[in-house]
Amino acid sequence: MAVVFDKPHALIDVPLHYCPGCTHGIVHRLVAEVIDELGIEGRTIGIAPVGCSVMAYNYFNCDMIEAAHGRAPAVATGVKRADPENNIVFTYQGDGDLASIGMAETVHAAARNENITIIFINNAIYGMTGGQMAPTSLPGQVTQTSPYGRDPKLCGYPIKVCEMLSELEGPEYLERVTVNSVPHIRAAKKAIKKAFQNQLDGKGFSLIEVVSSCPTNWGMTPQAALQWIEDKMLPYYPLGVYKDRSAEKEAE
Amino acid sequence: MSARNYLFSGFGGQGILFIGKFLAYKGLIEDKQVSWLPSYGPEMRGGTASCSVIVSDEPVGSPIVSNPDVLIAMNLPSLDRFEDKVVPGGVIFADSTLIERKVKRDDVTVYYIPATALASENKMPTLANMIIGGKILKVFNEFDEQSVRNALGKVISAKHADMLEVNLKAMQIGADYE
Amino acid sequence: MADKVLMKGNEAIAEAAIIAGCRHYFGYPITPQTEVAAYMAKKMPKIGGVFLQAESEIAAINMVYGVSSAGKRVMTSSSSPGISLKGEGLSYLAGSDLPALVVNVQRGGPGLGGIQPSQSDYFQATRGGGHGDYHMIVLAPASVQEMAELTVKGFELADKYRMTSMILADGTMGQMMEPVSLDFDVAPAPEKPWATTGTKMQREHNIVNSLSLVPEELEQLNFERYKRYKIVEENETRYEEYMVDDADIVIAAFGIAARVSKNAVNEARAQGIKAGLIRPITLWPFPKAPFKKAATHAKAMISVELSMGQMIEDVQLATECRVPVTLCNRAGGMIPSPEQVLEAIKEADKNGGAK
Repeated sequence: MAVVFDKPHALIDVPLHYCPGCTHGIVHRLVAEVIDELGIEGRTIGIAPVGCSVMAYNYFNCDMIEAAHGRAPAVATGVKRADPENNIVFTYQGDGDLASIGMAETVHAAARNENITIIFINNAIYGMTGGQMAPTSLPGQVTQTSPYGRDPKLCGYPIKVCEMLSELEGPEYLERVTVNSVPHIRAAKKAIKKAFQNQLDGKGFSLIEVVSSCPTNWGMTPQAALQWIEDKMLPYYPLGVYKDRSAEKEAE
Repeated sequence: MSARNYLFSGFGGQGILFIGKFLAYKGLIEDKQVSWLPSYGPEMRGGTASCSVIVSDEPVGSPIVSNPDVLIAMNLPSLDRFEDKVVPGGVIFADSTLIERKVKRDDVTVYYIPATALASENKMPTLANMIIGGKILKVFNEFDEQSVRNALGKVISAKHADMLEVNLKAMQIGADYE
Repeated sequence: MADKVLMKGNEAIAEAAIIAGCRHYFGYPITPQTEVAAYMAKKMPKIGGVFLQAESEIAAINMVYGVSSAGKRVMTSSSSPGISLKGEGLSYLAGSDLPALVVNVQRGGPGLGGIQPSQSDYFQATRGGGHGDYHMIVLAPASVQEMAELTVKGFELADKYRMTSMILADGTMGQMMEPVSLDFDVAPAPEKPWATTGTKMQREHNIVNSLSLVPEELEQLNFERYKRYKIVEENETRYEEYMVDDADIVIAAFGIAARVSKNAVNEARAQGIKAGLIRPITLWPFPKAPFKKAATHAKAMISVELSMGQMIEDVQLATECRVPVTLCNRAGGMIPSPEQVLEAIKEADKNGGAK
């Protein structure tokens, strides 16, 4: 009988701890599928962040490291440079981890064009700690620490990571995707695969920002959350390729 | 000699650390115990520079020289600051081109060497330090040319190996100065 | 003597690390340890190693965490304020049982403090430096030769016990030059089956991790770690004794303070006072035994420190307060003089146990 659906080898067959409707599961699967398709599981080392995906080390079948909050790009730098010929290194980080406490590590890994792959989950909220304002929370967004809505006058504007990093000379590839519909999921996988392929090709720093949902802390049904991505998140965080240095070079 | 504690002091750029390092290396080559400790920090960038050098027959305890047996003062602020610190019976070498006053103490031996002027007359303006160094070795009867060459070979980097002879010449000028 | 070269303490650390097989260095500039980074920047590219100036001390220690996870010898170095920044990483290294070498060339604090020598990070180093129950092996060199030797030893101990070794030096140790012999036997790094080097599809995946949400399990991890610490305490405690056997007055001092104290001990002996010196070389584990033993015949002890008095507490604990322990110190970047220590010896000799 033809198998039409199976769990990727790079994903361990255990129940995930994520909330119902959370899109982490989808992105985990996409990363694992890409690892399978590229045949790199045996040489891949993943770095888990602090945040909802802190226990990603229990889900990926490759070697895994759990990093301090925000430091995954620095840890990844160390792992990559320990054996640059062999090690394929990815980090999997949320918005608080990557764009708040770990912003310096993110920017400098990008500036160095560190040959690593970063999967950046932007769901505009701190999930693990129960729904506080994130560096990417939208203006007016109600969270536990912005109970009257995020007021940019008091706490600034959300950070557009891809746009910001695209101003740097360093990074090879920056793309923003989302996973709120089947076509978007397909496009996301393509982007993630490219981000890993870039590393295999020695091209350098690739970051895929995945606009994601957090139904629990947004206080919505999973379906409404996916719609909220479409209606609220994407206008502020437009999808697209923000930097593709190789393509730019070819175009010249 | 069981131990001799040197304190070198002057402006940054006068080669204070270098002459100290030379004497330490010379001691090492002669199987002495040695230490070299620089002042460090903002003064490295043009202010006062000083370094402590100990050359001893015994293992060196503290590398800090607060009361030198030998003070090398290459400018007036250095003499002002350290003259009183020299141990009674100690020796002071002063660059008399840059220090116009005399040493006030009468319980120390003083050698005035117009090192900066001699250096400039001999077209080696950066080597006043080595001129004084030559005088030091002469006074302590330690001017052995081979040993001096060996030590210079250690402190002059390979890139500047051609500077060895002129350094040696500077030391000879210092040694010959009466 | 022919094999000896004059080197700065900071350079001796760097060269010894290379000899010990370290090929990865991450750091951030800070006085008075910058020569370590400068030396590595020059040498590493020529021997196929990695020198990387990190964006911060925090990033540097986490790069160390990454290389160590991947199973290789790795180090970073800094000075006091930078070590505080590394505190987070030190705790994570301990929590993940990763070996590493960290150098602290101390300067006066707190805060930005100054840049002159200090020993005021003793508490921070010997009590771990970051959050949680853990220790580092803390090595205190008192010469340039020891800067080199303890660097090699630090790597070996780190690998052996899966701990961080810290070289706790100070500005004088880093900046001074002394003759040093770099002729070492280096124990090769042991196999590291726990390292994240890629499964090669031939084993279960390895996880390097300090998170453990089940308290019973986390407690067990702590118990296991402390069993290992116990072995370190039993096997790796190091110290030097100088004229302690018949001493009435025993000085406790490490690093530069021990060298100053040695001068004072010699002078005291010349003046007829039976003084001696115990110099801890490992600050953790602290050499309790020699102090306990000396307390049976000494009438007083003096802790000589470049701080407001930190090691003195360990001396008091080790001697179980059987003899009075006084403090002879300077702080903020100042160094006690041999004369100051001699005065303290005379004072203690006069007062005996009465104080």
